[in-house]
Amino acid sequence: MTLRVDDLRVHYRTLRGEVKALDGVSFGVGDGEILGLAGESGCGKTTLGKSLIRMDGRMRLAGGTVSLDGAELPIGDDRRMNPFRFKRVSLIPQYSMSAMNPTRRIGRMITELLASRGESVDTAELERRLDLVELPRDILGRYPIELSGGMKQRMVMVISTLLDPSLLIADEITSALDVSTQKAVARTLVEFRDRGFVRSMIFITHDISLTYQIADTIMVMYAGRLAEKAPASVIVSEPRHPYTRMLISSLPEVGVRHAERRLSGIPGRPPALLDPPQGCRFRDRCPLAFDRCAEDPPPIEVAPGHHVACWKA
Amino acid sequence: MRRYFGRKLLVYGLTFLVAVTINWMIPRFMPGDPVQSMLARANVSQPAAVEAMRAHYTSLFGLDLPLWEQYGNFWAALFRGDLGTSIWLFPTPVTDVIIRAVPYTLALLIPSILLSWWAGNRFGAFAARRRWLDNTVLPIGYVLTATPYMWLAILLAWGLGIVAGIFPVSGGYSFAMRPNWSWEFVGNLALHWFLPFVSLFLVAFGGWAIGMRNMIIYELEADYSTYLSSLGASRRLIRRYAFRNAVLPQITGLALQLGVLVAGALVTEIVFSYPGLGHLILQAIQNQDFFLLQGTFLFIVVGVLVANFIIDIVYVLVDPRTRTGIGGEAA
Ligand SMILES: Nc1ncnc2c1ncn2[C@@H]1O[C@H](COP(=O)(O)OP(=O)(O)OP(=O)(O)O)[C@@H](O)[C@H]1O
Ligand code: SF4
Ligand SMILES: [Mg+2]
Repeated sequence: MTLRVDDLRVHYRTLRGEVKALDGVSFGVGDGEILGLAGESGCGKTTLGKSLIRMDGRMRLAGGTVSLDGAELPIGDDRRMNPFRFKRVSLIPQYSMSAMNPTRRIGRMITELLASRGESVDTAELERRLDLVELPRDILGRYPIELSGGMKQRMVMVISTLLDPSLLIADEITSALDVSTQKAVARTLVEFRDRGFVRSMIFITHDISLTYQIADTIMVMYAGRLAEKAPASVIVSEPRHPYTRMLISSLPEVGVRHAERRLSGIPGRPPALLDPPQGCRFRDRCPLAFDRCAEDPPPIEVAPGHHVACWKA
Repeated sequence: MRRYFGRKLLVYGLTFLVAVTINWMIPRFMPGDPVQSMLARANVSQPAAVEAMRAHYTSLFGLDLPLWEQYGNFWAALFRGDLGTSIWLFPTPVTDVIIRAVPYTLALLIPSILLSWWAGNRFGAFAARRRWLDNTVLPIGYVLTATPYMWLAILLAWGLGIVAGIFPVSGGYSFAMRPNWSWEFVGNLALHWFLPFVSLFLVAFGGWAIGMRNMIIYELEADYSTYLSSLGASRRLIRRYAFRNAVLPQITGLALQLGVLVAGALVTEIVFSYPGLGHLILQAIQNQDFFLLQGTFLFIVVGVLVANFIIDIVYVLVDPRTRTGIGGEAA
């Protein structure tokens, strides 16, 4: 197993108190596995992704452990985490359009970035990868402003995976793209995995239909917790958690974006994470809720590789 | 690229035209009769002699011609480098008077602008990452930039000149000395130069430091910085990129501030009776010497325009974004 996350708790420090954005999340990602992370806006997907590579100044590790390839990842310690970044854990940011320094030629930026990590550029390999994503080789002599949006996206994908990380985190990288480009990006990610540029991947998006196309496993989160995790086909064909079921049934046509849209099929909204309620967090909106739901439902493995956190599962 | 500079040159050309025209107009429509003041100074009592002198001066300055002809002659003379004759230092040509004053102004302006820009940028970038510096020095920076040039000049003249007696507070060198290239004279020059320089430097320094500090914080939070941090790049690399990108708007700022800085220098010269262009302006006004006033203003306008043009070129050289924008080859 490449990645192992145990009871991860990450809070945001705010003036009004700690926002418990991740409140005890456990899961694993295997070798060569692409894990799709889904769930409503605000459920903690970005927080999870950032926690695994670089926490921002307001995040605090409140508990839990993460291990990668058998070694512990010191995610709460910015300094100790640094050697792992890029080499072991890497990310394709959501802001690919502005991720490259506008005043450096791309090739030079890559050289300087690698040099600061004590690595040198393997030009032949870099050019092979440029060819693979259909970027011209002379792109290295250009400035980011001279690239189209799609080219920047692919360039950043190549840069992020240059050191063959074990784990790649891709957070909403397709949200700003049109449907055909989204599919091309998704295919490229799969190809990167197949060629061993990355061992495993966490792919975050609102678009479950897109996730379904590339992910081996889908994990659905709700209000800072895991709701259900299962192989992609199982999540889509036989979801067990009431939330997943409603999510799947409210699924729009494949490829239609619903990034900004509230899930129409599920009335109500998730609880505030500043002071989350006791018991199952979906209780207010769950049609199946009963007495027992006042207690926290623990995630249970209902079938091999199929985890559900619901008393009715 | 050529079109870009062509356009820039056109704008500067137009600015120059307008500046010259306004320059020509102002003294001519200003109250006060320069010929009259010349005559008063000459202290001639015979009315016939006065009349003869009046006619002589009026035709010498070309004031008896129709306005449009005066305007045309003004341009023609301008291209010959002839800015007329000074009334205050009659009969020295205005050009000579200006050329004598220019080294003093440049000696104040160039070091104070370049050094304050360089040091302010360095310091602002440095302060941005030390909380205690940020908290103590930043307010001082704000106070400095908000200080009018004149105030600081007066404060310094009073504190370091009159009270402490370390520096002389007026003139370009001691009256007792004759200009020559001895160490003694150069030292004396430097001593007189110091206070006006420092007051210009300090005010500008505060502004650059604050600008840089804000810019660099902005750049360190920019997406490319976040991306580099996520990939574990060294702080040094990230800061280097941020600094370089933050300097670019500061270059534009330099172009924008140039006029203000020059005005500050002129005022400072007046406070310290420093024999540069600012001092000339004061003398020209006091003596109703409108040729000198005109010439000095014109000289300053041309100087600022040239400096702006140089900054434009530098900016294009250092920022690839403008270069690609200009070439129109962006994908
Ligand atoms: N800087 C912050 N300060 C306080 N709370 C925050 C901060 N960032 C996120 N949160 C809270 O943490 C929770 C999880 O946020 P997160 O960004 O991880 O959600 P997400 O699943 O990525 O949502 P989306 O799908 O909209 O990107 C949300 O409730 C959000 O309000
Ligand atoms: S535990 Fe209860 S409230 Fe929560 S999802 Fe299951 S049935 Fe609904
Ligand atoms: Mg998010």
